[in-house]
Amino acid sequence: MKTKIIICMGTSGISAGAIEVVKNFKKELSRYKLNAQCQIIRSGDRGLFRDVLVDIVTEQLGRVTYEYIKPKDVALIVRQHIIEGRLVQELRAKDDYAQFFEEQMRIVLSHCGEIDPEDIDAYIANEGYSAIKKVLRMSADEVIGEIKKSGLRGRGGAGFPTGLKWEFTKQAKNDLKYIVCNADEGDPGAFMDRSILEGDPHAVIEGMLIAGFAVGAQAGYVYCRAEYPLALARLKKAILAADRKGFLGKRILKTKFSFDIQIKEGAGAFVCGEETALLASIEGRRGMPVTRPPFPAEQGLWGRPTLINNVETLANVRYIITKGGDWFSSIGFQKSKGTKVFALAGKIKNTGLVEVPMGTTIRKLIFGPGGGMLNKNIGFKAVQIGGPSGGCLPEKLLDTPIDYESITSTGAIMGSGGMVVMDKHTCMVDMARYFLEFTVAESCGKCVSCRVGLKRMLEVLEDITAGKGKPQDLEFLKEMSATIKDTALCGLGNTAPNPVVTTLQYFEDEYEAHIKNKICPSGVCAGLLKFEVLIEKCVKCGLCFGVCPAGAIIWEKQEYAKINLDKCIKCKACINVCPFLAII
Amino acid sequence: MRIELMKVNLTQTKRLIRKYHGKKGILIPLLQDIQSAYGYIPTAAIEIIAQELSIFPVDIYGILTFYAQFYLTPRGKHTIKVCQGTACHVMGGKDILDYLSGKLGINQGETSQDRMFSLERVACLGCCGMAPVVVIDNAFYGRATVEKVKKLLLGYRLKKNK
Repeated sequence: MKTKIIICMGTSGISAGAIEVVKNFKKELSRYKLNAQCQIIRSGDRGLFRDVLVDIVTEQLGRVTYEYIKPKDVALIVRQHIIEGRLVQELRAKDDYAQFFEEQMRIVLSHCGEIDPEDIDAYIANEGYSAIKKVLRMSADEVIGEIKKSGLRGRGGAGFPTGLKWEFTKQAKNDLKYIVCNADEGDPGAFMDRSILEGDPHAVIEGMLIAGFAVGAQAGYVYCRAEYPLALARLKKAILAADRKGFLGKRILKTKFSFDIQIKEGAGAFVCGEETALLASIEGRRGMPVTRPPFPAEQGLWGRPTLINNVETLANVRYIITKGGDWFSSIGFQKSKGTKVFALAGKIKNTGLVEVPMGTTIRKLIFGPGGGMLNKNIGFKAVQIGGPSGGCLPEKLLDTPIDYESITSTGAIMGSGGMVVMDKHTCMVDMARYFLEFTVAESCGKCVSCRVGLKRMLEVLEDITAGKGKPQDLEFLKEMSATIKDTALCGLGNTAPNPVVTTLQYFEDEYEAHIKNKICPSGVCAGLLKFEVLIEKCVKCGLCFGVCPAGAIIWEKQEYAKINLDKCIKCKACINVCPFLAII
Repeated sequence: MRIELMKVNLTQTKRLIRKYHGKKGILIPLLQDIQSAYGYIPTAAIEIIAQELSIFPVDIYGILTFYAQFYLTPRGKHTIKVCQGTACHVMGGKDILDYLSGKLGINQGETSQDRMFSLERVACLGCCGMAPVVVIDNAFYGRATVEKVKKLLLGYRLKKNK
């Protein structure tokens, strides 16, 4: 057996120096004349951020993972592990690495971090393109039947049943139909689509092919954000390779089915993730949504019936076809089947991509694979789910199972699966302001409630965080949220007030502290900071004394701690380190 | 400088337009090509496109101002993008943007006087695991701190002097 060296080379691996690491491996291998016995695999990212991850698979030692590998470590690994057969203990991944993967169920991500995404043969060797071969022997209705049986729902956010969407598009009468893959992953805090495109682009292509066959489409577009240069490059290569192998183009695998895929690069507009805006953008216009109906399934791209599915949805399709709809629907919970990929980020120990069966509780996700809070001294406050359209959930809702219905009942939405964990040093009013700032900037300006309403809400939130809040502001925010929800034209506008609604619902006391007492209890809002030690909360531990760069803290152990405002440079180092929120 | 730009526009812009001849939905990819050729969209190019495609310049301006990616003014030699996504916001991305803005003496969307750096904020780069993230040209720098960014800037300035 050849020794395998798997190096994670997604955007994060490369930014941490993976290219240098590969170079050094090549150099070292040729130095010891090991090139013939060893195979270097440049895989996508595995989902866990540990700078450069390197796996060595040998017959003798099995599979061993090394983390935080620097180019200078390579010589040691080659000499000690590959040649002498001894583990390099000090570089091995710690226990939390295994813990991260233990509770996951990887279907969509099963290839990410394992195979070389730029090598179509590696994909084929892992049952790749076997689903399309199977599909070409089935009828279109059988394929749609299988997808319907699986219970797969759109992974982009709204959770519309995928099988039904396919059926509607198939039923539309037209000689030309399109498949569009929505890879305009704009939600801040979500990066599963980028990782799938970087780590397993062929799975998305195969999903599009199957969808194309099922609904009777001849061409497909992938609409991908320009902010994802690596994903775009890998996708381009994958399309070329698939074309050369006869999986794309005219008369695929010598059948009557023909299908082509083109890439459309986005130009930086969040609203283009909305399907009608996305279609306008592909057509070369401003990405502004239009009212539905007609739905794209009837009249989409250039007036033709168009099926729009998200990257993760399409990546699931090949597994459903090979393993069957029944297998897929046996995973999951109530009306939400299969697995979902979540992007864990923020103040959490293990940031990265986690794939778990639907129905797993939020708590299990954060404290299982997520490894709990980044700083154990500063406890959990909230988790933000669903990006700018979602909401902030407090600790008491952590046992909510993750499925479309349960999450929606809390006031958040499943969204594309971004989960940003926040600790007690995060101000909820500031978060609401942050999200509105985002949606105001990204509003396309077509409908009044979104264009004007959100702006008015933002102004009020800016006032509150600057200490100029008025008692009637909360009532105004509630009323405006309800109006926008009812009247905005598209999904972006309808859901934009959600961050405000949920923070008001679960953290109203923080709003009141800002408005009535003019303080920011989390020590975030710059306009409200006084740099005062709250005697009733302070335990005189001296942590602040240790971090103050200006020597402005006067502290005596167990006795007193206060700030000399003449020396204070207002850098917030003391506020950020205090586990008791005693400095405001 | 001005005359030189005009010359380039006439030849290269027309060549780029010809590449898309007879295809549908070409305006955005065409503008993207022109931007990667010039670093921004020169006014002269807009007029040429309007003529060649028989559309009004205002339709092109409509696209250019709608999408954040397009620039109507020349850019600095290096573009610094500071991520302001949710994760980066929680991890202190704002402090880094404020630092850069102060250090370079420009607001986001502007270019420094010496034309070395353009500063931009982006919504999310999808690298939340390495938050806060700074991207200079196409190189990603994760877990950024003010100290790290200070060194990076110095590095890019030294490169210039070499």
